[in-house]
Amino acid sequence: MVRIIYLARLRDAFGKSAEQVDLPSDIGTVAALLTWLRTRGGVWAHELASGRAVRVAVNHDVAQATTPIGNGDEVALFPPVTGG
Amino acid sequence: MSVRIQEPDFDVSSELAALRAGNKRVGAVATFIGVVRDLNDASQVSTLTLEHYPGMTEKALAQIVDDAKQRWDIYDALVIHRVGPLKPGDQIVLVAVSSAHRGESFAACQFIMDYLKTRAPFWKKEETPEGERWIEARASDQDAAARW
Repeated sequence: MVRIIYLARLRDAFGKSAEQVDLPSDIGTVAALLTWLRTRGGVWAHELASGRAVRVAVNHDVAQATTPIGNGDEVALFPPVTGG
Repeated sequence: MSVRIQEPDFDVSSELAALRAGNKRVGAVATFIGVVRDLNDASQVSTLTLEHYPGMTEKALAQIVDDAKQRWDIYDALVIHRVGPLKPGDQIVLVAVSSAHRGESFAACQFIMDYLKTRAPFWKKEETPEGERWIEARASDQDAAARW
């Protein structure tokens, strides 16, 4: 199981702040997870479309497309940050 | 080195007194205070709500402060960032750095703020007469962080 957290604009767009998912065995990186979520279509395909600015953190560290993800990880998806 | 995320306001003078308490070698304290503006992109802002990602925020800010400590000869640094609903004129963020001489604390304070703007997981939503909207990240903030 992987816990996915949605923050700020993405939480509003998806209508949920978090979910637990059983990932198919071939989904092992951030890029693969985003591709998999896009297959849900609708707002998922729109918000996560390539070219949209989506940032990802795995276990509270900034992640790249190639960052591995696996059982027990917390993966957060969010827009570029705007604090300060 | 201290990092705090909180809803309540902070008192700058007591925070600065605490930052340099007991260290008579401190010759300089540089501070930055971020404040809510009532006008953004030509719209009147009535409320600015700040959200963060608990767990990652503290880790990211601690890393930024550690980076500053590696780069400059500073004694101490403090970051306080508020979350929740804020009004125009409210304080949002305090960065304070102490050092022996002004150069180090000025530079480290600016560095921490530039990195915070682009790396710490905070997001702002503003209420305007046209409705609620999430503030978009600015390219100029990326440029400011890249120069370090």
